[in-house]
Amino acid sequence: MSDTIKLTPEQLEEFGAEMDAIRRRIAADLGEADAAYLRKVLKYQRGFEVAGRALFYLPVIGWVPAVAALSVSKILDNMEIGHNVMHGQYDWMGDPALNSRMFDWDNVCPGDQWKHSHNYMHHTYTNIVGKDRDVGYGILRMDEDQKWNPYYLGNPLYAFLLMTFFEWGVMLHDLEVEEIVAGRRTWAETKKLRGGMLRKAKKQVIKDYLLFPALTGPLFPLTLAGNAVANLVRNIWAFNIIFCGHFPAGVATFSIEETENETRGGWYYRQLLGSANISGSDLMHVMSGNLSHQIEHHLFPDIPARRYPEIAQDVRAICEKYDLPYNTGPLHKQLGSVFVKICRLALPSRRTKSAAPASAGQTALAA
Amino acid sequence: MSLASTLLRSRAVGALTSPHGVDRYLEIVNPMWAAHEVRARLVDIQREVDVPGEPPVATLTFQPTNTWAGHRPGQYVQLSVDLPGARRQTRCFTLSSHSSRPGERFTITMRANPDGEVSRHLVEQAALGQIVHLSQAQGDFVLPDRVPDHVLFITGGSGITPAMSMLRSLLLRTHRGRITFLHYARSAEHQIFRAELEQIKTAGYGIDVHLVYPEQGGRNFSALELERIVPDFRDVDTWLCGPAGLVEAVRPAYEADGPNDKLRVEYFKPPRASGVAGGRLSFDRTGAATDNTGASILEQAEAAGLTPAFGCRMGICFGCVTTKTEGTVRNVLTGDTSSLPDEEIRICVSSPEGDCAVDL
Repeated sequence: MSDTIKLTPEQLEEFGAEMDAIRRRIAADLGEADAAYLRKVLKYQRGFEVAGRALFYLPVIGWVPAVAALSVSKILDNMEIGHNVMHGQYDWMGDPALNSRMFDWDNVCPGDQWKHSHNYMHHTYTNIVGKDRDVGYGILRMDEDQKWNPYYLGNPLYAFLLMTFFEWGVMLHDLEVEEIVAGRRTWAETKKLRGGMLRKAKKQVIKDYLLFPALTGPLFPLTLAGNAVANLVRNIWAFNIIFCGHFPAGVATFSIEETENETRGGWYYRQLLGSANISGSDLMHVMSGNLSHQIEHHLFPDIPARRYPEIAQDVRAICEKYDLPYNTGPLHKQLGSVFVKICRLALPSRRTKSAAPASAGQTALAA
Repeated sequence: MSLASTLLRSRAVGALTSPHGVDRYLEIVNPMWAAHEVRARLVDIQREVDVPGEPPVATLTFQPTNTWAGHRPGQYVQLSVDLPGARRQTRCFTLSSHSSRPGERFTITMRANPDGEVSRHLVEQAALGQIVHLSQAQGDFVLPDRVPDHVLFITGGSGITPAMSMLRSLLLRTHRGRITFLHYARSAEHQIFRAELEQIKTAGYGIDVHLVYPEQGGRNFSALELERIVPDFRDVDTWLCGPAGLVEAVRPAYEADGPNDKLRVEYFKPPRASGVAGGRLSFDRTGAATDNTGASILEQAEAAGLTPAFGCRMGICFGCVTTKTEGTVRNVLTGDTSSLPDEEIRICVSSPEGDCAVDL
């Protein structure tokens, strides 16, 4: 990737300062409008949830709308609300219910564990192969620099399974199973994590697959199936949005060496080049939790996501100024590109990568 | 408790509304509906003191949700309000009305503290209908269940509020014993509850009310003055609440012959961390360390020159949450200790027990 680092250290510093200026400007402007927006989304989410649960009482005609409403509720809960609140985007409001330390989402993955693997590991070490476990999630080969072995022949199958059971995959992510297999982590070390996972998963399973179905009496099997489908819809949608964030063609990955002693400007630079956006309607942005603005999210992970469209204008202008790529495209294009990558990387790379290019960018992100 | 609230608080409803909890759904329909949390609506504001050029004092009447468990006279409550700019702030305020039963209205009397965003907002800007978020009533500065034959209140300035709550409760209970009420205010026009106290003084309840105004020639507190009013005051159950100056003048008068458990004191401050001194408190990130004084970790970190993030400083807002990497901490609000490694703690209400390390 080193061939894409084309800023001098001075330019990199200036670029970082411009990003910092955007962050300061938005942070100083946060207020009633942001709070009102989040509360409005919450209202809709709760509304869809209650409507979804209630519509299961209408046999036959109610089932499809029930599943649709519940799916929308789970998507809003996990993405525009949960993901963003747990990033601390609304901590400044001082409302304990909307605080990243307190919030938990309608998902089997315990919020506190996700915050570690996602907020800390992924957002700090974004796209550094060997450090960011979101590069392939420990089960997929999503980068040429991940050494091929025959296990990866199953890449498309693993991706399909991860999509289907995405919330469970997200839950298990923190166990770092591949590290256990490799002998770098013991099973016993994961005891506390497993306790948290079991407790949370139990609550979610009891709610969706026992209590709510039971409340609909003879319609138990239909409600159970409906809840399962809603969870599945959320899984598929979240997987697709998230895979468009870092895996479309043109997104850069980095080596551990070239990010050593990285400066603040270098960090911003890596976030920008390591992420991709999805263009689309306002509704698409809300339903994706504004992760359709993955670039802006990675530059400013704790700024309320509703600000990303506004920030994007400035970021694009800065990209033009420094002649940097700004990876964006409609959902079908980004998804198609991810699909091709999943299939292509199932096979060994045709060209053998030499160790040489790394040297050019070895200290490029450092001062 | 009604059937509906029993149901809403049940484990089944908890499981159905997991992980958010039933209150997150109820509040959307009506902010005054709650199963666990306590909220209240501001229903009345009366100015008690309004001296031009000085911070006004007002009594605010609140209608709480039916989750309010009531209060004992003298207790305080943690009150949070969304200030303009959608920033919620929390402060402690003493309840000034007589004891309340579950779900019953109560009043809070507060001065619009020039440095206090919350009190200024509530006294000067809040509109009727404003919703506030509350804790349950807390504090041990209360009347005992069996009221002694003679009770003495010594208060200064807005320290009158807990004593007023006690006095009003005693009047309501038609207390037969002796009550002496000694209050210091700067002048008559600075006097909170002036009309009510004058009325009590002259109403023939037999309550001995002394209102002293040092700016208008009244004498500041002295043991001698108190002895004139209550000759055996050291043997009388006394509730003292006021600014530090008054407390520092009164305490020695009672403790001339050693500690005196007849005197109960409350400052105008949230509960202070009081842990056990000993061991070392280390700050992992900065590499600093300090001898554990028993104060809260937040206070000790600040004393060591660090500037951790904080909010309410009383364990409500979670603004100061920090990872404790090693050692045992004691929650000074509940007294619970915890030794889990890598635990998130509120450093404003946690004090170390022995050696302890935090990620600061």
